Amino acid sequence: MTKIELTVDGAAVSDDVEPRMLLVQYLREELGKTGTVIGCDTSNCGACTVHLDGTSVKSCNVLAVQANGRTVTTIEGLADAAEGELHPVQEAFRECHGLQCGFCTPGMIMQAVDLLAENPHPSEEEVRLGMEGNLCRCTGYQNIVRSVLHAAEGGARA
Amino acid sequence: MTATQERGSGEIGKARRRKEDERLITGRTRWTDNITLPGMLHLAMVRSPFAHAKILGIDTSAAQAAPNVVAVLTGADIADSQGVIINAWPISPDQVSPTHLPMPADRASFAGEIVAVVAARSAAAARDAAELVDVDWEELPAALDMKEAAAADADHGVLAHPDLGTNKSATWKFDSGEAGTGGNVDDEIAKARESGIVIEREYRQQRLIPAFMEPRSTVVDPTGEQITMWSATQIPHILRFALAATTGVPESKIRVVAPDVGGGFGGKLQTTPEEFITFAVARRLGKPAKYTETRSESLLACHHGRDQWQKLTLAAEKDGTVTGLKVELLTDLGSYNAILGGGTPVLGAFMFNAIYKFKAYQFNLQTVLTNKTWTDAYRGAGRPEATFAIERLMDELAAELGVDPLEIRKKNWINADEFPFTSVCGLEYDSGDYDAATERAKEMIGYDALRAEQKARRDRGDRVQLGIGVSTFTEMCGLAPSRVLGSLDYGAGGWEHASVRMLSTGTVELVTGTSAHGQGHETVFSQIVADRLGVPFEDVEVLHGDTQVAHKGLDTYGSRSLVVGGEAVVRAVDKVIEKAKPIAAHLLEASVDDVEFSGGRFSVRGTDQGKTIQEVALATFTAHSYPDDIEPYIDAEATYDPVNFNYPHGTHLCAVEVDTETGAVALRQYACCDDIGNIMNPLIVEGQVHGGVTQGIAQALWEEAVYDDNGTLVSGSFVDYLLPTSADTINYDVDHTTSPAIANSLGAKGVGEAGTIASTPAVVNAVVDAVRHLGVNDIQMPCTPERVWRAIHANDGDAPTPADAMPHFEEGALNQDEGAGQ
Repeated sequence: MTKIELTVDGAAVSDDVEPRMLLVQYLREELGKTGTVIGCDTSNCGACTVHLDGTSVKSCNVLAVQANGRTVTTIEGLADAAEGELHPVQEAFRECHGLQCGFCTPGMIMQAVDLLAENPHPSEEEVRLGMEGNLCRCTGYQNIVRSVLHAAEGGARA
Repeated sequence: MTATQERGSGEIGKARRRKEDERLITGRTRWTDNITLPGMLHLAMVRSPFAHAKILGIDTSAAQAAPNVVAVLTGADIADSQGVIINAWPISPDQVSPTHLPMPADRASFAGEIVAVVAARSAAAARDAAELVDVDWEELPAALDMKEAAAADADHGVLAHPDLGTNKSATWKFDSGEAGTGGNVDDEIAKARESGIVIEREYRQQRLIPAFMEPRSTVVDPTGEQITMWSATQIPHILRFALAATTGVPESKIRVVAPDVGGGFGGKLQTTPEEFITFAVARRLGKPAKYTETRSESLLACHHGRDQWQKLTLAAEKDGTVTGLKVELLTDLGSYNAILGGGTPVLGAFMFNAIYKFKAYQFNLQTVLTNKTWTDAYRGAGRPEATFAIERLMDELAAELGVDPLEIRKKNWINADEFPFTSVCGLEYDSGDYDAATERAKEMIGYDALRAEQKARRDRGDRVQLGIGVSTFTEMCGLAPSRVLGSLDYGAGGWEHASVRMLSTGTVELVTGTSAHGQGHETVFSQIVADRLGVPFEDVEVLHGDTQVAHKGLDTYGSRSLVVGGEAVVRAVDKVIEKAKPIAAHLLEASVDDVEFSGGRFSVRGTDQGKTIQEVALATFTAHSYPDDIEPYIDAEATYDPVNFNYPHGTHLCAVEVDTETGAVALRQYACCDDIGNIMNPLIVEGQVHGGVTQGIAQALWEEAVYDDNGTLVSGSFVDYLLPTSADTINYDVDHTTSPAIANSLGAKGVGEAGTIASTPAVVNAVVDAVRHLGVNDIQMPCTPERVWRAIHANDGDAPTPADAMPHFEEGALNQDEGAGQ
């Protein structure tokens, strides 16, 4: 077991973990952060996407021990849900019907936030390429792309 | 046709943002795998690596001794309690079907079948120990190719289940001459051979994997009076029935909950070995147990879809008027008859004739057992296969006559003034206007301009050619009139149930027997209740997917939830109003005959006196004053059994560019005009169309479950099974015409499967259209660059590669990079 200390969704956490434990398993099983989900076992689907020090990573592709001393943000920490707040990207997904079953959605939103941080005014093509690592089986992506573009426009107005 | 429904508060038809989204976008979700119970054990499965093998013995001692392992069980250990996986639709009385035990003890009949289970304190410990289970296998020859399997018998070839003596499971036939719904197809084909046109083709429906995003997961808690199973399923009610019917546990002792479910597409329309094994292990150990599959396990063992060979003969007169259609299908069941099993292709049996006026039709089905993963319903279930076949054939007929593919369709389709129309299968199509939808779709995509560009590019001999694909589809949806299902030997009915609970404070609980997994029932059913009952949209709570709450229901599949379940909602609401009326009259001191209900309020005709439905609900709760002859109760329930299917239709047009040098296909434009009757929520409909169209395109271009010669699934991960990404897809142009359904009071038709049914042939027709002038008339799906390239070059002759083009590595040879080797 290895001791890790990190910040997750604004809270300092500390645990002894097996060195082989994946970050996504740590988030779900030890911290109860079940908003982040596991959709595959080959790092293709992106359902487990979170931010590590502000950049999107597939948390099935990071060991919990690699997150030691770092800051993780999950879908649950993106906005202050207790205050009823939504991040503009969350709001955009609802507004544009960017989700159906919602299983891929946390990962999609975390990836979209990262994409817009890097490129606040992307073209449709840039959104399509930037979201390529996240799979969705319900929407055909059209409304996901629309959601991301909608959030980008909202950001521009603000 | 005009809409006849009453518009209440205007909720119906509004693009309401979805109620269910707030939880989903904030991660406040209840996926089955999120559930953790005190003392819960985690399960890992030991699966057969062989397509067909005898189990000579299983040594569980090392696994048993591993740290934190509680139990290791084999099929023999739970033989008496594990139940049986059911086939609800034996399509013929003499169907040959192997018994499907959740965990067989003697033999595995596909790669991925479960033969042992480990229960441990953690998922990691269970998985580690599963590696230590030592199975002594004797590999057997495997039946893998569907056609070879169909030809095999006890003496020749390989049998998937040697004890059965055959791989042929069942046959199913429909003949319009015998049924009295049309003529004799062989006569029409003979006539056409003489003096008309006969198109004969064989098409392949490749094997697909539903690939819902949430892997299946099951949690069983045996510690209460009712054993509770949470499962990622589309069919909690049917699952409870199957558990009770085969394990000996009374139905009243079982509660099944489908919490948040992450997609299904038919893939979770199944009762699975994993669910039954988890149930058995939890009962045996007396502890809650959870099993969550990995994605690789999901692709390997969740049922697959499609997998048919379609032999088709279309007869037409010289002018292109279609007369007869004969269909001979071979379907690969995999190693078991799944819950629908051979019923899935039967669901397509009445749809090959589609929107066309055939005189004679015959459908012949042979289902075949092999040593592959079982197959069953996948989005569209039988109807995509039928639509693909007929829409490909209509293009071939157009090519034969040298006319535009839309022209040949128009010549043969049912005209708007002919509805309701009885098809050559005897089905009564409710409503439609194929011409209107087609004209709109043509306008949307710029059809004439595309044809002109196509001609110019052909004339120029461009490397990249343009193809335009057409699909004018219909489908039967809204499963289903129970009597029809009974006549087809299906084991259950097709009704749906709803109940409305009027709470004391004026809010409403709507309980539905449908079980949503992404469709948006909570939103749409709230709109229906709000409209009809005159209560605010926000005040309606939709409850579903828990047999303890929604005790009656037949779940969600076959585009049935709105058109069957929604109609049950309408009827339950109407009963509430009827029951509340005498109480309102009593409170208003008026005669019931003078009270009318509108916009959520009972009022006395000719006065300004009234009581809202919420006020009546409160008065009913307190029960201080109500008429003597009734009970103080206005909640109501309704069970609706549809009298007919409904028949959405539409025209889908697709433009693709095909690089004739590389075979690469690029989607350029996609436009569709679907007629799904009255639309409850345009936003949700749009989402269903987008997703459906994408899955259909994926069959045409990308997806295929591939097995190697040993029966190993080689497309067994998301690295190898090609789900489309945002970078592969394009934006679709979606519009609608409206011919309301006549079988339900909402005027609504199903939309969940329409896009998938329509889009596959539109895309393949486009690809073939792009290269037809190069001598191509078919390309097998998925139309990969290699297949397209090979089709283009199939007629080049068997010219060997010139010797001087190789080898590349000899000095002075051709194709050497400048300075290579230095």
